[in-house]
Amino acid sequence: MQNENSYNRYQRQIILKELGNDGQQKLFKAKVLVVGAGGLGCPALQYLAAAGVGTIGVVDFDIVELSNLQRQTLYNIDDIGKYKAITAIQKLQAFNPEINFIPHCLKLTNTNALSIIANYDIVLDGTDNFATRYLINDACAILNNPLIYGAILRFEGQVGVFNCLDKEKNLQTNYRDLFPEPPNPSEVLSCNEAGVLGVLPGIIGTLQATEVLKIITEIGKPLYNKILSYNVLNNFFYEFDVSINKNNQSIIPQTKTEFENFNYDWFCGIKKQPNEISINDFETLRVNENITIIDVREYDEMPVVVEFEHIQIPLSLFENKISNQTLTNKIVVFCQSGKRSLQALKIIQEKSPAIQVFSLQGGIEAWKKHQLKNLINQ
Amino acid sequence: MKISVLVFGQIAEIVNTEKLILQNVKDTDELNEQLKKEYPLLQKLAYSIAVNKKIIQSNTILTNEDVVAILPPFSGG
Repeated sequence: MQNENSYNRYQRQIILKELGNDGQQKLFKAKVLVVGAGGLGCPALQYLAAAGVGTIGVVDFDIVELSNLQRQTLYNIDDIGKYKAITAIQKLQAFNPEINFIPHCLKLTNTNALSIIANYDIVLDGTDNFATRYLINDACAILNNPLIYGAILRFEGQVGVFNCLDKEKNLQTNYRDLFPEPPNPSEVLSCNEAGVLGVLPGIIGTLQATEVLKIITEIGKPLYNKILSYNVLNNFFYEFDVSINKNNQSIIPQTKTEFENFNYDWFCGIKKQPNEISINDFETLRVNENITIIDVREYDEMPVVVEFEHIQIPLSLFENKISNQTLTNKIVVFCQSGKRSLQALKIIQEKSPAIQVFSLQGGIEAWKKHQLKNLINQ
Repeated sequence: MKISVLVFGQIAEIVNTEKLILQNVKDTDELNEQLKKEYPLLQKLAYSIAVNKKIIQSNTILTNEDVVAILPPFSGG
């Protein structure tokens, strides 16, 4: 033990005979990487720091927004616009100065993931998209790093442990054994669109942290090769056993080179649609040309856009109402996240093939975030 | 012969319940086919199937009282 203070801090867990001094030493020596300091990452980080995990890395390229505070409990109003990885670490460092925190303010990609993850013993996946989830899984499979997976949507969450050998069964599976193929992007719901009860990531992130602590201290039965599903509405827990999926072996990158050549965005079906316009191109167009901008969200949706002139035609009324509009200019349609506006774009293209029409990539959320980032960088 | 089918995530919304009781379904391929016919929205969705809590990778014979669970992937965090 480093000193008496340190003993006092962890006394309640050191007196657990299953954990003891040995377990605490294992925690001090452990290096855990938390990818995503959002809904899952915040509670996980708090409990990992509380338990005294010696080195904690935090990967997040994003900034804090007001809509995060409903569930991302490390941040407050004054943090809006600041980088999550830096802000989270500031809070956690004040909470437990004994820990070595390492910020990684970047997006994990197939060119940087292996070198970052290689510095850690365990990875906790708190990301919010399939491309990064497959990327983290594959990197952990190549490096043989245990991966604590967690995911949430609306009222349901999943947690599981991958790339970790269950010695009793001599079995080691990964995320691709459970879901070999990512879902079609048009069928994927994100928390931005489908919503999430704020306490749910609190529960799932805490379950993930619990699994990390169990694996490090070698106590209990971690969820090796299992997925635990939890529904907050009916308190329903259900466990699934995952086994090796033979169909998976041909797809997963086996080497560093294969990993670096694997296009995760393409694999997950993320490609720019032909008539999507990026935020930057939209800004240029908006300033330099006379264009018609249409908000296709329903009337009660927030945020209200006051920064530029536009008209509103909700998607539910779009087909009927668009015929009454005289369309002459170039048109840009937008919605919350850029999915519904693609449907509006199709309707316009069918009705008036001669009109040039674009859909704002990432929707008004991405635009607002872009504005906020510009403000910070000024 | 009777089986129960537990459904999770978006699938529960599509079938409008969290548990179905079905009669005379001989294997998981037949179950899949029946569900997709009854609920066409399922055709576009990715999901994994478990029989008695074990995720399966190929067609599996079902017997009386089996519990099938259908789990879609989530990505929220």
